[in-house]
Amino acid sequence: MKTKAFTADISHFRYLANDGTAGTGLPAFTAEPAALIPLYKAMVLTRVVDERAVAMQRTGRLGTYASALGQEAVGVGTASAMRADDVLVPGFRDQGAQVWRGVSIVEHLSYWGGSERGSDYAGPRQDLPVSIPVGTNFPHAAGAALAFKRRGEDRAAVVMAGDGATSKGDFYESMNIAGVWKLPVVFVINNNQWAISVPRAEQTAAETLAQKAIAAGIPGEQVDGNDVIAVRDRVEAALVRARAGEGPTLIEAITYRLGDHTTADDASRYREDDAVRAHWKEEPLARLRTYLAAQKVWDKAKEEKLLADCRARVDAAVEEFEALEPEPLAAVFDHTYAELPADVAAQRAAALAEAEA
Amino acid sequence: MPEVTLVEAVRMALDHAMEEDERVVILGEDVGLDGGVFRATDGLIQRYGSDRVLDTPLSEAVIAGVAVGAATQDLRPVAEIQFMGFLYPAIDQIVNHAGRLRTRTRGRLTCPMVLRAPYGGGIHAPEHHSESVEAMLTHIPGIRVVIPSSPAKAYGLLLASIRNPDPVVFLEPKRLYRTGKQQVEDDGAALPLDRAFVEREGSDLTLISWGAMMKETLAAADALAQDDVQAEVLDLATLKPLDQATILASVEKTGRAVIVHEAALTGGYGGEIAARIAEHGLLSLVAPVKRVAGYDTVMPLPKLEHHYLPSVGRIVRAARQAMEYA
Repeated sequence: MKTKAFTADISHFRYLANDGTAGTGLPAFTAEPAALIPLYKAMVLTRVVDERAVAMQRTGRLGTYASALGQEAVGVGTASAMRADDVLVPGFRDQGAQVWRGVSIVEHLSYWGGSERGSDYAGPRQDLPVSIPVGTNFPHAAGAALAFKRRGEDRAAVVMAGDGATSKGDFYESMNIAGVWKLPVVFVINNNQWAISVPRAEQTAAETLAQKAIAAGIPGEQVDGNDVIAVRDRVEAALVRARAGEGPTLIEAITYRLGDHTTADDASRYREDDAVRAHWKEEPLARLRTYLAAQKVWDKAKEEKLLADCRARVDAAVEEFEALEPEPLAAVFDHTYAELPADVAAQRAAALAEAEA
Repeated sequence: MPEVTLVEAVRMALDHAMEEDERVVILGEDVGLDGGVFRATDGLIQRYGSDRVLDTPLSEAVIAGVAVGAATQDLRPVAEIQFMGFLYPAIDQIVNHAGRLRTRTRGRLTCPMVLRAPYGGGIHAPEHHSESVEAMLTHIPGIRVVIPSSPAKAYGLLLASIRNPDPVVFLEPKRLYRTGKQQVEDDGAALPLDRAFVEREGSDLTLISWGAMMKETLAAADALAQDDVQAEVLDLATLKPLDQATILASVEKTGRAVIVHEAALTGGYGGEIAARIAEHGLLSLVAPVKRVAGYDTVMPLPKLEHHYLPSVGRIVRAARQAMEYA
């Protein structure tokens, strides 16, 4: 005899259509359209930062850089749903979320410019630095959430990674443990359709990435990752669940990587420009801008002023970044341990002596 | 003063650490009601509850990764990997995160965690249960690697490891878990994490070892003494950081060094010690440095493991060869 042991559905959430028109049932935080302006401004700032960073890399003023072009709503939507004392566990394309949470543009440039100081955030002191080894940050969110839960704190951890990361064991294993322990974690997947050159369809035979939550026994859902209202709304809902002790949620934010993987990549080797152009019609900034304009809270003058402001902010940050003196040689050693062991201290002394000779 | 085995001393240290610091949590496979497969956490879940003694899903990468995340947020996780042969998925977290966090955030976030794992052969365990790959770990910057060889050292070194503000991999010689008892006072006294122990003083040659092989090394020293060869025996205990000064002082006195470890010879930690002696103590040597180690083979299954593990006889022979140089 065969009976049905389990069934599941995966929902998809979207409020703003590609053309910026809104459906019905918008979340409460949109009631006053002007309240959306900070989200828009943060997305524009992220794009301006990315544009400048790529340009700086091209002229040798920054190291390899991963732009979030086209995916700004995922970062900004996610971070705007968080509270200041929550903890963000970001991947390497989550500057939209990081800048919202108070990582300064100077810190951001400093990190990608090759200095560890860039991860010594003056703002979100408890946020983790970006994780470069893909998906290895998932368990950190579970660990942070364990600490919050243990102390009975009303805090949650939000971890971000790309679609490629969902093929790693770390992803499933972390959802699994967070599910068993009902940890206050939100897993946000920036499904930008590409893991360097490997398209989403070759990453997994699973129809959605969200359904990978089902095996871990936690809720999973899709959201239009180019609709910042939807991203914020669903991450907020997941955080409400997390804070209520109901455990983790997986959110697959569907977007598109309009740029190269990083400045070291040349996407023309593996994808057609036409396909990329088609996705520009869905990008998140124009979508929200159109909506805000239709709501009469945004116009051309405001747009021009915003762009000028963002550029001025980035100009100032670049100037500050470029004026930073490199740390001294001793910095190579000084943070390896709380207290340098004798042999590392000897290496430090020898290196300093050699540098002075 | 209670007489305890090494594994009981581990449990005693864990108990003491949990009692003195409520940030200490234990996580791992079967560490709860089962008390760990070697009973190192026996009774702790009853005493401290299931929110501080956490049975994890079977997932070594996540055990280590959760410990990293928890450590960044002011818990003091003590994670158990059931056998060293299952440690490899956790190495990703140790190398890429635990050892780097302090450096890469310039001290903003740190990783005060301990990863415990029983290591080594000699208990007739199944395949993959008898590895001794400490040298893979000593190569990782930013962590400490500690290996006790007695109940008292297990107690004092584990307490020190848990209190240490940096990540520590704490490898327990499971062959010695229950082979002998020692009086250990549960007084919370820690041992230093950067000092080798001079276990026996001698003037003719220096035997250097750690962990499970201390037993055979000390027995070899006894055998040599019967031939009137006085061996000084060092127990390194903290492989990383290495107490180079104690090694060099001993070799300067004796002029001969024999290094004993159960891990495979090539790339084993004996090579590092021999290099340090060559760099800083070559001129006090009267004989070539010898290494007595496991072979560059796969660790055999129980029927043959006694051939693999360095024996007292092999250590004595190496020492006698060193003594042939005047």
